[in-house]
Amino acid sequence: MTRLILRRLALLIPTLLGLSVLLFLWVRALPGGPATALLGERATPEAVERINQLYGFDRPLPQQYVTWLGQLLQGNFGVSTRTGRPVLDEFWARFPATVELSLVALVVAVGIGIPLGYLAARHQGRLVDHAAVFTSLLGVTIPVFFLAFLLKWLFAVQLGWFPSTGRQDAAMIATHPTRFYVLDGLLTREWDASWDALVHLVLPALALGTIPLAIIARITRASVIDVQHADYVRTARAKGLSPAHVRSRVILHNAMLPVSTTIGLQVGLLLSGAVLTETVFAFPGIGKFLADAVFNLDYAVLQGFILLIAVVYALVNLAVDVSYGLIDPRTRTR
Amino acid sequence: MRTRWQIVAGGLVVGLALTACAASDREAGGSTAGGESGAGRDTFIFAASGDPSSLDPAFASDGESFRVARQIFEGLVGVEPGTADPAPLLAESWDVSDDGLEYTFHLKDDVTFQDGTDFDGDAVCFNFDRWNNFTGVLQSESLSYYWQKVNGGFASSDVASLNGTGKYESCEAPDATTAVIHLQSPLPELVSALSLPAFSMQSPTALEKYDADGVTGDGEAPVLPEYATSHPTGTGPYTFESWSPGEEVVLSAYDGYWGEQGQVRRIVFPIISDATARRQALQAGDIDGYDLVGPADVVALEEAGFQIVDREPFNVLYLGMNQANPDLADLKVRQAIAHAIDKEALVAQTLPEGTEVASNFVPPAVAGWNADVATYDYDPDKARALLAEAGKSDLTIDFNYPTNVSRPYMPTPEQVFTAITADLEAVGITVNPVPDPWNPEYLDKIQGGPQHGLHLLGWTGDYNDTYNFIGVFFGGTSNEWGFDNPELFTAINDARYVADVDAQREAYEAANAAILDFLPGVPLAHPVPSLAFKADVHGYPASPVQDEVYNVITLGD
Repeated sequence: MTRLILRRLALLIPTLLGLSVLLFLWVRALPGGPATALLGERATPEAVERINQLYGFDRPLPQQYVTWLGQLLQGNFGVSTRTGRPVLDEFWARFPATVELSLVALVVAVGIGIPLGYLAARHQGRLVDHAAVFTSLLGVTIPVFFLAFLLKWLFAVQLGWFPSTGRQDAAMIATHPTRFYVLDGLLTREWDASWDALVHLVLPALALGTIPLAIIARITRASVIDVQHADYVRTARAKGLSPAHVRSRVILHNAMLPVSTTIGLQVGLLLSGAVLTETVFAFPGIGKFLADAVFNLDYAVLQGFILLIAVVYALVNLAVDVSYGLIDPRTRTR
Repeated sequence: MRTRWQIVAGGLVVGLALTACAASDREAGGSTAGGESGAGRDTFIFAASGDPSSLDPAFASDGESFRVARQIFEGLVGVEPGTADPAPLLAESWDVSDDGLEYTFHLKDDVTFQDGTDFDGDAVCFNFDRWNNFTGVLQSESLSYYWQKVNGGFASSDVASLNGTGKYESCEAPDATTAVIHLQSPLPELVSALSLPAFSMQSPTALEKYDADGVTGDGEAPVLPEYATSHPTGTGPYTFESWSPGEEVVLSAYDGYWGEQGQVRRIVFPIISDATARRQALQAGDIDGYDLVGPADVVALEEAGFQIVDREPFNVLYLGMNQANPDLADLKVRQAIAHAIDKEALVAQTLPEGTEVASNFVPPAVAGWNADVATYDYDPDKARALLAEAGKSDLTIDFNYPTNVSRPYMPTPEQVFTAITADLEAVGITVNPVPDPWNPEYLDKIQGGPQHGLHLLGWTGDYNDTYNFIGVFFGGTSNEWGFDNPELFTAINDARYVADVDAQREAYEAANAAILDFLPGVPLAHPVPSLAFKADVHGYPASPVQDEVYNVITLGD
């Protein structure tokens, strides 16, 4: 087990190095160049030259890269040109928002996906099954962006049931010790703040959770159908266990393993989907900040955020794999 | 077994509806700021289209920075409400010497900055000296743009054109309520220019304490100092509370404010960059109002019970005719094009209601606007005749226009392009469309080189000064216009420094007439910028130069 973790961590280093080279080159290839990004449209050639000298943008690329990497290794991700604050601070300030949104989206996906898949499997070939299969097909094919717009238009703009932007009603004054707004409200006993944060999460979480929901429903359905016909289920029935007992203990229990693997794999989807969802709902997490950075040519943020997201993604996947190893002996790699 | 499926589906719907019912309570007021249950609303939520670039207005030149700065800061000079004319603010009055070199400002007494520092003559001089002594990175246009444009230079600079070339000489404070500014040569626009947020009075104590001029860099980017990111300190009715970049800026009432504090005790600027998202946020009840309403949304919002508030236009939209193109270098061709365009129809079809047709390159609200310039009325026959005279009856011309952009002076460039093209084709001109994305391609093409023909562009003015329009366009040779007319350049640049106000106005009127005779482009319109608000927002102080401070707003029925 320990060896598995160590090996995976060792693998992470070349991956991140490769990614950092790609990121560095991509950012340098963006139109306008770093100096123009800093000085704006009206920059004079002399001013651009001054900035290039000052910040070393005129040095050879390899030298610039090594300097940047050296800074990274010391934990210095540079400073956002847009806000003048350290990239790392900007990341941690927004990370809780994205985690909160992803968790709620995951709850939506699991909470609806599993029952849906299970129902479909139990009524294989009937109307319910067709409806569920069609729904999950739709869920996978519909672009997150479009769905987010649709939800916003219908439930926020037309019906006015939910807010269309942000994490909290702007008129509300609440304290945020942890930056997880729902939790903050519970900790500080500002119940209405907690509720308000939850209400703000509903639409973005639905938009973000739809694809994982569809995938989880499909895997659950396939897995339950698979298990239903397994020998040990027949054996259990033959032993005279009650149908209800067979359903809940034997079938569900065994069908859930591949499903839990799938759930682990959704984390990456949630992180990438967050960029689009957060942008549509002006939800101030790392995804929106990253999208804004593209727009503002905020080089340090682009490089730093994508690297940090990659690290988070890799660590979450590692954690997921390790926990499976603990749950199911069969998944342990030799 | 179908029942279970129905239970799941039904549960979902009920759940959504329940949260929705509870959610709609939030529009009934929710928790009011300050915890006064049952009190009226005192938080004003206005959507910004982007982050401020700097909370220190001396380093800003963009509308979103100024929007925030107007609440926190005040300058020596304000503007008359609803106009662009200078009015007393922190200076109750001023005297200008006959030679135009000495400005004596009589300051308001008993004014304090938000950190408790007294506002007095020394504070005024501190600010002026600070601007004039910017060095290094601080002299880049993206930071101290307005001091450079208005003053013309700095005390010292590595750049020859900025080194000691400014109008400003020195400042003295003979007593607490007087500040005297000495100039090296006249700058008649100074008083008008001082109404810009960039020249706000800032607390000397806070500027020093938070290292306001310490713009540094650590190898990756210039970093704004702490003052400009978290400690802006002025004399205005609202004091800075927090800024979460990409999320919101929050301000709260300054209890030591010298004037009327008003009902609004807290201002939140949620940052919503997408125009459609801003409209939807208003419709969903998330915000009280937003700026730069698209012309297409005005009617729909009004029908849904929202208020539309128009600003008096302080801008101009024009059709540029680049004379680097030999066809356009012919005055007869330019006149033909001007006569071919039906401006009235253009405004009616493509621009917001209330938009005025333009005759000058400055809006009527500006002092140098001239009612008697050549107007080139719509006359297709005359246009054809002029083209025939010039021997250009089969003219083919490139027409550059920007895509996917909406500026206050140009909300719908594609539509304007289409309307003008139809007019030109009607008199026998063949138009070759050249669309480009606004930034950076379009601007680069127009301002960075000679490769363009007809083009659409415009300008929103900063303060009541003709030079601020025509000086920007025609103060010297440029890629955009492609002509060299020393006589015209001189007329415009000389007018800028005429010390006598009446004489200066006449000089500008003459310059405007000369421009329209020479016809480097066709002024098209002064589009009306609109704001939208919830029905219960009253008294929004719409201003042509966006001098809009929220302490005069009332909320609730």
